[in-house]
Amino acid sequence: MTIVFYLLAAITVAGALAAMLLKNTVHCALALTVAFAGLAIQFLELDAQFAGFAQILVYIGAVAILVVFAILLTRGSETPSEGVFSKTWLAGLAVAAAVFAVLGWAVLNSASALPGETAKPVVSVLEIGNALMDRYVLPLEIVAVLLTSALIGAVIVARHEKGSAK
Amino acid sequence: MGNVTPLQGYLLLAALLFAIGLAGALTRRNAILVLIGIELMLNAANLNLIAFWRYGPHPEALTGMMFAIFSIAVAAAEAAVGLGLVIHIYRFTHSTDLDQINRMKG
Repeated sequence: MTIVFYLLAAITVAGALAAMLLKNTVHCALALTVAFAGLAIQFLELDAQFAGFAQILVYIGAVAILVVFAILLTRGSETPSEGVFSKTWLAGLAVAAAVFAVLGWAVLNSASALPGETAKPVVSVLEIGNALMDRYVLPLEIVAVLLTSALIGAVIVARHEKGSAK
Repeated sequence: MGNVTPLQGYLLLAALLFAIGLAGALTRRNAILVLIGIELMLNAANLNLIAFWRYGPHPEALTGMMFAIFSIAVAAAEAAVGLGLVIHIYRFTHSTDLDQINRMKG
């Protein structure tokens, strides 16, 4: 493991922790972009350039902006007086800790089953485009239909209805 | 930590991110923050897919990377629909506090 991995992991985890722990919701959204950017650079480190740049475009460019819009359209930026965590926070924390313990134990005890160091794969965007148009053309079309219907559905759901409550 | 292989390091980081997202989704009161937790969990899964693609035996088949790219596209659709629903619920209840949104009648 290189020092770059540890630095990036620290930044990513710090961003994720801040996104889940800060009181102000807008600060949470900003911390979330730090975590997304750290993950995108991890993808670049893993020689998945296309996935890394897709991560930057989709998550930092679109999802984070959507989240900020939703926070500003609702009164989510006001800190509630009863605190930001629900009454059952202890149970939620225990479940998450148990999940991490099981996953971490499984990963640490499976070193012999996992593949070791391999040669660096060289993947050009041309190859990805060819694969998308050849082997993965059906999933690509399905994702296109899914995105179209999801975005139309989101607009219909969030639209102001005349005569409804304010 | 001396004997951790690179793949194990990435898997551990993904597990930690997944646990943080799960903890946030289970404990935050604000519905938007719960969605952010779910996005973090999806991202952790993507990191797993890319790491297994990179260190797997056949990276030239592009399977893991394609899986991650499609997963990113589906996550974008999920975020749009989820936030649209949150805005719609807010219009009725004037709140995004999940402890207060406890009935399905409009």
